[in-house]
Amino acid sequence: MNFDDTPEEAAFRAEARKWVEANAPKEYEAELSRSSLGRIRLEKAEIVDVGKAWQKKKAEAGWACLHWPKEYGGRGASPIEKVIWQQEEGIYGKLTQPFQIGEGMCGPTVMAYGSEEHKRRYLPKLASGEEIWCQLFSEPAGGSDVAGLRTRAEKQGDNWIINGQKIWTSGAHYSDYGLLITRTDPNVPKHKGLTMFFLDMKSKGVEVRPIKQANSMQEFNEVYFTDVVIPDSQRLGAVGDGWNVSLTTLMNERMSIGARLATGFPEMFEFCSNLMTEDGLAIDDPAVRSKLASWAVKTSGLKYTSYRAISSLSKGERPGPENSIGKLVAGTMLQDIATYAMDLEGAAGALTGASEEVASGQFQQMLLTSPSMRIAGGTDEILRNIIAERVLGLPGDIRVDKDVPFNKIPTKGR
Amino acid sequence: MNFDFSDEQKQMRDEARKFLSEQCPPKAVRTVLDGKAAYDRDLWRGLAEMGFLGVAIPEQFGGAGAGHLELCVIAEEMGRALAPVPFSSTVYLAAEALMLAGSDAQKQKWLPKIAAGEAIGTLALFEGKGNPSPKAIKLTAAGAALNGTKKPVPDGAIADFAVVAARTGSTGRDADISLFLVDLKGSGVEVKELTNLDPTRGQAELTFTNAKAEPLGATGEGWGIITQVLDRAAVLLAFEQVGGADRALEMGRDYALDRIAFGRPIGSFQAVKHILADMYVSATLARSNCYYGAWALSTNAAELPEAAAAARISATQAFQHCAKNNIQVHGGMGFTWEFDCHMYYRRANATALGLGSVSYWEDALIDRMRKKNAAA
Ligand SMILES: Cc1cc2nc3c(=O)[nH]c(=O)nc-3n(C[C@H](O)[C@H](O)[C@H](O)COP(=O)(O)OP(=O)(O)OC[C@H]3O[C@@H](n4cnc5c(N)ncnc54)[C@H](O)[C@@H]3O)c2cc1C
Ligand SMILES: Cc1cc2nc3c(=O)[nH]c(=O)nc-3n(C[C@H](O)[C@H](O)[C@H](O)COP(=O)(O)OP(=O)(O)OC[C@H]3O[C@@H](n4cnc5c(N)ncnc54)[C@H](O)[C@@H]3O)c2cc1C
Repeated sequence: MNFDDTPEEAAFRAEARKWVEANAPKEYEAELSRSSLGRIRLEKAEIVDVGKAWQKKKAEAGWACLHWPKEYGGRGASPIEKVIWQQEEGIYGKLTQPFQIGEGMCGPTVMAYGSEEHKRRYLPKLASGEEIWCQLFSEPAGGSDVAGLRTRAEKQGDNWIINGQKIWTSGAHYSDYGLLITRTDPNVPKHKGLTMFFLDMKSKGVEVRPIKQANSMQEFNEVYFTDVVIPDSQRLGAVGDGWNVSLTTLMNERMSIGARLATGFPEMFEFCSNLMTEDGLAIDDPAVRSKLASWAVKTSGLKYTSYRAISSLSKGERPGPENSIGKLVAGTMLQDIATYAMDLEGAAGALTGASEEVASGQFQQMLLTSPSMRIAGGTDEILRNIIAERVLGLPGDIRVDKDVPFNKIPTKGR
Repeated sequence: MNFDFSDEQKQMRDEARKFLSEQCPPKAVRTVLDGKAAYDRDLWRGLAEMGFLGVAIPEQFGGAGAGHLELCVIAEEMGRALAPVPFSSTVYLAAEALMLAGSDAQKQKWLPKIAAGEAIGTLALFEGKGNPSPKAIKLTAAGAALNGTKKPVPDGAIADFAVVAARTGSTGRDADISLFLVDLKGSGVEVKELTNLDPTRGQAELTFTNAKAEPLGATGEGWGIITQVLDRAAVLLAFEQVGGADRALEMGRDYALDRIAFGRPIGSFQAVKHILADMYVSATLARSNCYYGAWALSTNAAELPEAAAAARISATQAFQHCAKNNIQVHGGMGFTWEFDCHMYYRRANATALGLGSVSYWEDALIDRMRKKNAAA
């Protein structure tokens, strides 16, 4: 048992470290280190602009989507090399947030189902950040139950005509392309009538309407489709096979190892180490210590769980299911930590004005943003179902709508 | 990075599991639970024959000289099987104290006997309520004679010798505490068995009246040694806890697949699935913390104090969580003597206290993290 790199890994790490050291946009170092939630606001620049510049630089030197084949914009790196790169990229990895959906989900789907021509046309630009992709899955009628979606695609000659609505689409407002799942046959059970496409977000009939979030930021959108034309060549997978194609996407979403999951713990530890109360430093209070210790072992537990997965990768094995616990643990922890940090401040904890903010307002921001961690990318409940069914082998839910044609499923009139 | 046990270590784990499933079925645990034996002597002998008792003891002292990673995988299996033997007291506490602080003669006297299953040892630290603390130690040592009372002492009623923490000074500092080795079969030692939450691991009260003792380690260094022994034992016991937690999770899962209510397996109800999923989460976090503890223990890393506290807290929480919810999933059956659920529940909650309570270790963890941060 050891934490050492193999000689090849060490050489790769040294190369990565040297490059990051020489090329990273150091002017954002302080701001990036302070932001803990992965959703960053920069003082004087747009995250998308700074991110694009960084991604482009990386791509030119072969560090963008490095685990992809060379001809598609990567460098054919091994899974463990990708993890090492992420470790070395460190806080600058936060700049890649606008590209993560593309790199983690849309790209792999195009890679698996796209034509050779499409792969060569779209993947390198996705990798270099020149073109941003979004994921058009969730709808008002189906989030957890994605297969309940209603956006229609109807064949017309060599084209498909799209009508309907998506919702919660992160980054749609700055995306160039989207991965779109549609219903092509409402007369068969719901998982069987779906088909996947990709489309140009500037296509005629696509309308993006920003949604203001509970945390007062604006990162997701509604996307409306009115008679949007998509050529059949932009179909990914067979007609009616969209569900299986979407599983590729979602599998990639959940398997991202060494993903930068914020837990809020380092910030909380520092906060409690410095916060003066009437009775002395917060961290000297046994009640505070007890809470901190519980969060500390969750945080270290997640860290070493990912190390176990990385070790499997390093040996060329497939990691086990342990990593599926990450978001489930981190989401609730963020929320609890934020609540408790403010509790320690008493009435003043509620203030969010710049001068009064506790610890520059990071816990207030964490409080308001953390609910989304427990919803986006699979809700806590869905994740528990997945662990129970796929890891522990418990029976699936009884599905009342499984074998019913989609258009016969009751809708409560909505 | 290779943050995993080696194939040989995993093989040893499989061997231990196979051996224990044959030699230590729940029926064997129940013999001790029901008070028909103080511990399982056949199993103890078998463990010695397998080389498990001395796995981390150097060859020159009669052990296998393998190491602590090997001991960790065996500990996990001991916890899984609820082995009713004085393994943790003898191997994690007494043998570790001897290896850390014993003279060659002391090691030569006791370690080979431990490895051969011929001597049971323990650590006599506590004196009634409270957590490990030099202030709580009142038992005195005058010359080579001990006077005072220790309780609870794990496996104290069946132990042949004990490492005893005694007061040798009155400055109010850690240096007031020294360790002694006492042959419990000698004169001046009175042993009283105590009833406790988990009868498969006995507890006793030991009263010393001018009991003959020999120093273990230098005078005034007792507390430092105890702290190290507790850290090492914390990691090893954490592996037992993870083994127990995993088994409780499996029992709950198996029952949920088997039990039909409302016309379907109860494992198809989300309320039950989510309980089990949460058990998996806490057991997984604990296992990962334990692996880190194992690494620190086996390499004598500077991180050991912090890693040990984290493993201890995480594994304690996981075992308690899994044991109580295993009963919940079993419904009324879980509350019977006949089903094994309560044996895990008892073990989980007794083990949670043995080396000091969770709050003690939480306090220790935060202290240690602060020290590290201050040093950085
Ligand atoms: C910040 C943010 C960004 C997002 N970005 C994107 C994006 O880029 N692209 C995209 O396609 N989507 C995106 N989403 C949507 C996200 O995937 C969905 O919100 C999520 O899957 C939940 O779906 P829903 O909102 O429809 O809630 P519902 O599915 O209606 O769930 C409501 C509640 O019911 C529970 N529930 C539902 N089904 C079950 C079940 N079977 N068992 C137990 N409980 C159940 C849920 O856990 C939840 O608590 C984003 C969401 C957020 C919050
Ligand atoms: C101390 C004690 C005294 C008792 N005294 C009496 C008495 O005097 N008279 C009497 O008639 N009975 C008595 N009972 C029985 C008691 O009512 C049952 O144990 C209880 O109803 C649970 O039923 P069960 O044991 O069959 O468990 P099960 O019904 O098999 O439940 C096992 C697990 O599955 C869960 N589960 C079951 N169905 C569902 C569902 N639909 N949704 C979600 N989860 C589900 C349960 O919550 C539980 O966690 C007693 C039980 C105890 C422990």
